[in-house]
Amino acid sequence: MAATSETVEQVQTLADDGYKHGFVTDIEMETAPKGLSEDTVRFISAKKNEPEWLLEWRLTAYRHWLTMPEPTWSKVSFPPIDYQDSYYFAAPKSDKDKPKSLDEIDPKLLETYEKLGIPLLEQEMLAGVAVDAVFDSVSVATTYKKKLEEVGVIFGSISDAIQTHPELIRKYLGSVVPYGDNKHAALNSAVFTDGSFVYIPKGVRCPMELSTYFRINAENTGQFERTLIIADEGSYVSYLEGCTAPQRDENQLHAAVVELVTLDDAEIKYSTVQNWYPGDEEGRGGIYNFVTKRGLCQGRNSKIAWTQVETGSAITWKYPSCILKGDNSIGEFYSVAITNNMQQADTGTKMIHIGKNTRSTIVSKGISAGRADQSYRGLVKILAGAEGARNHTQCDSLLIGDQCGAHTVPYIECANPTASVEHEATTAKINDDQLFYCQQRGLNEEEAVSLIVNGFCKDVMKTLPMEFAVEAQKLIGISLEGSVG
Amino acid sequence: MPLLEIQNLHATVGDKEILKGINLVIKPGQVHAIMGPNGSGKSTLSYILAGRDGYDVTKGEVLFDGKDLLSMPADERACAGLFLGFQYPVEIPGVATMTFLKTALNAVRAYRGDDPLDAMQFLNYVRERAMVLNVTDDMLRRALNVGFSGGEKKRNEILQMAVLEPRLAVLDETDSGLDIDALKIVAEGVNAMRTPERGMLVITHYQRLLNYIEPDHVHVLAQGRILQSGGKELALELEKNGYGDITGAEAA
Ligand SMILES: Nc1ncnc2c1ncn2[C@@H]1O[C@H](COP(=O)(O)OP(=O)(O)O)[C@@H](O)[C@H]1O
Ligand SMILES: [Mg+2]
Repeated sequence: MAATSETVEQVQTLADDGYKHGFVTDIEMETAPKGLSEDTVRFISAKKNEPEWLLEWRLTAYRHWLTMPEPTWSKVSFPPIDYQDSYYFAAPKSDKDKPKSLDEIDPKLLETYEKLGIPLLEQEMLAGVAVDAVFDSVSVATTYKKKLEEVGVIFGSISDAIQTHPELIRKYLGSVVPYGDNKHAALNSAVFTDGSFVYIPKGVRCPMELSTYFRINAENTGQFERTLIIADEGSYVSYLEGCTAPQRDENQLHAAVVELVTLDDAEIKYSTVQNWYPGDEEGRGGIYNFVTKRGLCQGRNSKIAWTQVETGSAITWKYPSCILKGDNSIGEFYSVAITNNMQQADTGTKMIHIGKNTRSTIVSKGISAGRADQSYRGLVKILAGAEGARNHTQCDSLLIGDQCGAHTVPYIECANPTASVEHEATTAKINDDQLFYCQQRGLNEEEAVSLIVNGFCKDVMKTLPMEFAVEAQKLIGISLEGSVG
Repeated sequence: MPLLEIQNLHATVGDKEILKGINLVIKPGQVHAIMGPNGSGKSTLSYILAGRDGYDVTKGEVLFDGKDLLSMPADERACAGLFLGFQYPVEIPGVATMTFLKTALNAVRAYRGDDPLDAMQFLNYVRERAMVLNVTDDMLRRALNVGFSGGEKKRNEILQMAVLEPRLAVLDETDSGLDIDALKIVAEGVNAMRTPERGMLVITHYQRLLNYIEPDHVHVLAQGRILQSGGKELALELEKNGYGDITGAEAA
């Protein structure tokens, strides 16, 4: 802890300095100098040509961040983060800095792409190879863009939206996850560099699944991604984030924020496959994935459903939540979390029932292997006014081997006697009878584990959009390779 | 060359010696039946052949198609054509029976160097076999053995055999828990699989099954050994006199 407070002090002096001397960073530079200060925040905002109010918001967030302690309640451990030892803004790499071909890419990564059945061109894109050929997906993307425009859907980067739709951004940014929510969210608010923005107009059913992957932001949106999705009255959208292919990033710390808002009768389905680099078998390297995701069911009869398949990262700290404010609104959380080797995950959800007859469903499937450790942490909170609220929680853990751990930490706070809250939890070891049965039918050990674990996760996997589901199934097998025998 | 050759097989489970010198030869096209009292080691023998962990061979040899069976891992034995119909089929929640069959068939095909069947080919391939066994599409869609009745589980075992087309099928008490109609269906399914190349080892506690699946040879397994062998009439004798005669005779 000493190191952290020292860092904070150091930051404080730096920040004060920056304030006295005004801009010390040259805006013409492509990359902000290492470290975090008010100047860094100003640099990012200026680079992005942001309006004054947004700069002020970022600065307020930054100042607040300085005063906040690191969250300590989760069951994960890691050395203190030295925030001054990172870069917070870098222009996208130019083609000449990128690898020239797949020959320059780590063969292990390519092997995984191969197993996932990812086409060559996409492999190149994922691996960050400089590609000058016009590839299919670009033209497909253009066609899709036209289709979206026809129905009035706005889908693009949040940087663009800040320029083109400032009124929407100003109204909703930080409205669901305020900058002071937690330390990671504050940091994101101060220094976010990009992310996605979606607006679905009244009564529109978005004609296709929207996906970040599809937006082809091959340029890194970076470690501080910010996403805002607004579904206006009676609209519907399904949004996919991430991809099954393992993504590498030189930045260890990722602190994304996702905010969802549904107005009356609107629905957002948000699906994530997270497969950031988990580190090696000994736990070296790997991403710290500290994400704040929250949806606000503001309107009556609105619905937000989160589905996540979390297999990557050294540390996952993530609780996609729903605030069920509108009467009859529905929140759902479906989660598969796999930890292997030295990975740690502390993940779950919060369902906050405010409106009458609000309903929530939580299905969490945790699989732990190797020496990994994971916790389900969930809060179901029924406020006094949530007449007739209902929650059902199903929380299952599967252990592979005897050196891993799984913990379930449910919190229930109920202030309305008409509400009903059900919680079921199970923990089991992978079953030798099942493994032998599969092997007797010709499956090798890894195929058997993959099949059994996929069965265990079925109730979550079936909520994934089709185009994600098949790859996600393969990913489950790959994530557990080497976990038995 | 015999399909299966078991020579002086001794095996332990934990510290307990269960098999104490089994000898058995099955030639292609033959159906052998093993009968014996409960706890005599019938299932143990089937697990040893299939390569289950925790069952240790302490002496003896098993050749499958002339190859050393005991040195092969369980999945390779299955791919090489050894099938075990389980006395207690295992439930796998969340895995549709169809998915399981497809994964298994494609694993076995890959071992043989065949391409996987596409969705349509596979569907036809399975339906054809399922029909004979009265396995409905609904069963194929349900999670493997989950909530299946005893009869459904056993029919599902035979369906798996029909799909995988093994060289040697070891059927462990496939008749237990079946009513007469179900028994007939299962027996029909098994009989349809009798070919001049395929061998079968039918394990049963009761003679009843052997009315429908006629064995070429019958063996009595008791006290860890095969105490008596004969033709199908031996089964009828056992039915009449019980196992006491044989096991008692041995003890005397
Ligand atoms: N996993 C096991 N652990 C301990 N003992 C076992 C195990 N499996 C079988 N046995 C013992 O081995 C003997 C033979 O059992 P089994 O092969 O199941 O007989 P059968 O199939 O002929 O009824 C029995 O005494 C049984 O209790
Ligand atoms: Mg038995």
